[in-house]
Amino acid sequence: MTDQTTTGPSAAQPADRTPQWHLQGEQSAPVMVLSGTWQARTGNIPVFPKDGLKKSPGAHLSFQTSDLQVWDTGLVAFLWDLKRVAHDAGISLDMQTLPGPMRQLLELLPEVPDDPVHHKTARTPFLETIGNHAIASMTEVGVVSELGALTAKGAVLTLLGRSRMRMVDLLANTADAGPYALLIVGIVNFLIGAILAFVGAVELQKFAAGIYVASLVGIAMVREMAAVMTAIIMAGRTGGAYAARISTMQGNEEIDALNVFGIPTSTYLILPAVLSLIITMPFLYLYGCLIGMLGGFVVAISMLDITAAGYFHQTVTAFGIGQFIFGFTKSLVFGAFIGLTSCRIGLKAGRSAADVGIAATRAVVVGIVGVIAIDAIFAVIADVLGI
Amino acid sequence: MPDQTVLSLRDITLSFGPKIIQKNISLDVRKGSIFAVMGGSGCGKSTLLKSMIGLLRPSAGEYHVGDENYWAGDEAHRTDLNHRFGVLFQSGALWSSMTVGENIALPLQMFTDLKPSVIRRLVELKLGFVGMLQAIDLYPSEISGGMCKRAGLARALALDPDILFFDEPSAGLDPITSARLDDLILNLRDGLGATIVIVSHELPSLFHIADDGIFLDARTKTPIAHGSPRDLRDNCTDPQVHAFMHRERDEEGKT
Repeated sequence: MTDQTTTGPSAAQPADRTPQWHLQGEQSAPVMVLSGTWQARTGNIPVFPKDGLKKSPGAHLSFQTSDLQVWDTGLVAFLWDLKRVAHDAGISLDMQTLPGPMRQLLELLPEVPDDPVHHKTARTPFLETIGNHAIASMTEVGVVSELGALTAKGAVLTLLGRSRMRMVDLLANTADAGPYALLIVGIVNFLIGAILAFVGAVELQKFAAGIYVASLVGIAMVREMAAVMTAIIMAGRTGGAYAARISTMQGNEEIDALNVFGIPTSTYLILPAVLSLIITMPFLYLYGCLIGMLGGFVVAISMLDITAAGYFHQTVTAFGIGQFIFGFTKSLVFGAFIGLTSCRIGLKAGRSAADVGIAATRAVVVGIVGVIAIDAIFAVIADVLGI
Repeated sequence: MPDQTVLSLRDITLSFGPKIIQKNISLDVRKGSIFAVMGGSGCGKSTLLKSMIGLLRPSAGEYHVGDENYWAGDEAHRTDLNHRFGVLFQSGALWSSMTVGENIALPLQMFTDLKPSVIRRLVELKLGFVGMLQAIDLYPSEISGGMCKRAGLARALALDPDILFFDEPSAGLDPITSARLDDLILNLRDGLGATIVIVSHELPSLFHIADDGIFLDARTKTPIAHGSPRDLRDNCTDPQVHAFMHRERDEEGKT
């Protein structure tokens, strides 16, 4: 009678612990005998071989489960294999011989699974990639300029009273970009001033020109360091926050809601953000200059043989108003740049949690690199104009 | 053992700081039942569910999972108990940085020593149950809301839990998809022998699948009725429960 017997791989092990199966009975009516413990988490669920049923085409397979101990979805995984192989071999399964729960789960599973949909991971040639990046960058410059123009237009319309920027938003943004940033801007600029004084003092002392530490710190802070360091801090602190906030709004469909109402994002979101940075950055720059000079003063007084009055006098005579205006202008440009780019990056972001992280990172990176690049452009212009 | 109690709450009070959400909640969930938590919006249904899956410690009362006192032990003890739970969150709550398949594989990778090929097989099985096999390599952002929910259900089944919690399973689904999900829930309950706790106010779905339940009242901040939704609809005399259950019946009469 048992003219056909196929046995599962683990038949030699103790009968009650391991999953076991074998086929018995005649070719036209084989019986799948299942016994042992079938638990998915043990990881020893056998795979039903693809050619396991080729000896009995057109047959009617029934099940015998009386020796089955404990089972869970692991057994169903095996039965699903069997179901697919049986379908391919044209064998019908007698589902009625399975216990009810097993049958119900097995009936949920398709005989012919749909093929997984794959991602389009088309490879683009190297040159094409470069070209795409170039076009994308140019487009981005255009889009940011357009956004800037729209924001400026929004500002003009707001001034004329024909469009509305909510004062609450501006105040909240300004508070966040101004007073709340004082501490960190102060600490960083103080340390920068102190470091400049250290470096200068070591070298200038050799020439008995210690007093010029005051000029060095003063000019460096006013021309470059205060504006650049403050902008870098604000790019990390406020730019990242703007990008994260706007991209989260994007994910919550809040931006879509604004668009449907016809509330322009340029006036409602971007204008307060950009304006608050344009308002606060010059103040933070002046504050950074003063604190930086204070840092230099503390180091110079303690390291060198100079008086407080001497340091003060040397600082005041070191730079003219032109230097101040130069740094001041830079801080305005930095503020507008950080505000615009971070808002644009937030608006461009995707809608998932990961996209928020990407947007925040990109805003910080673009902000910092952009600030330094703009500073370099300013340096060239200043050189040409002889400021 | 048909009447074995799996979850039991005794005089549970839920609160956020001084603000009490619900008090004196006592309930028993029998093994293999589908237990409905009902009530109007803002009555604390989801808060109760949060507390039952260990996200919110009740300010008073006792909660037993099987024979274990859930809140008595430490965090590790609760994590062990949580492995008996499968939770389907309201919008699926799939991890957006992973594909659907990876979402389901993560608990298996974290808490079992199974080989990647075995995990892949189990992931395919769980996705097969919910009819989502074709989406295994897609990201959550590439599939629809209903598919997210089904994938969330497959993830809830990842560790073969014996207690399933569903938060508004049919919210935001069309009637046909919602009815299919109901059938799927019934099939999974019968097939896996799982116990199901379901928070919902989709009455047709509740009448169809739930066989026990509790009704929470937002005004008195306490449960006002116990029993299956069908039973409450037909026999409950409390005016509020009556109103809740019968508005739908009127609509059923119209259509």
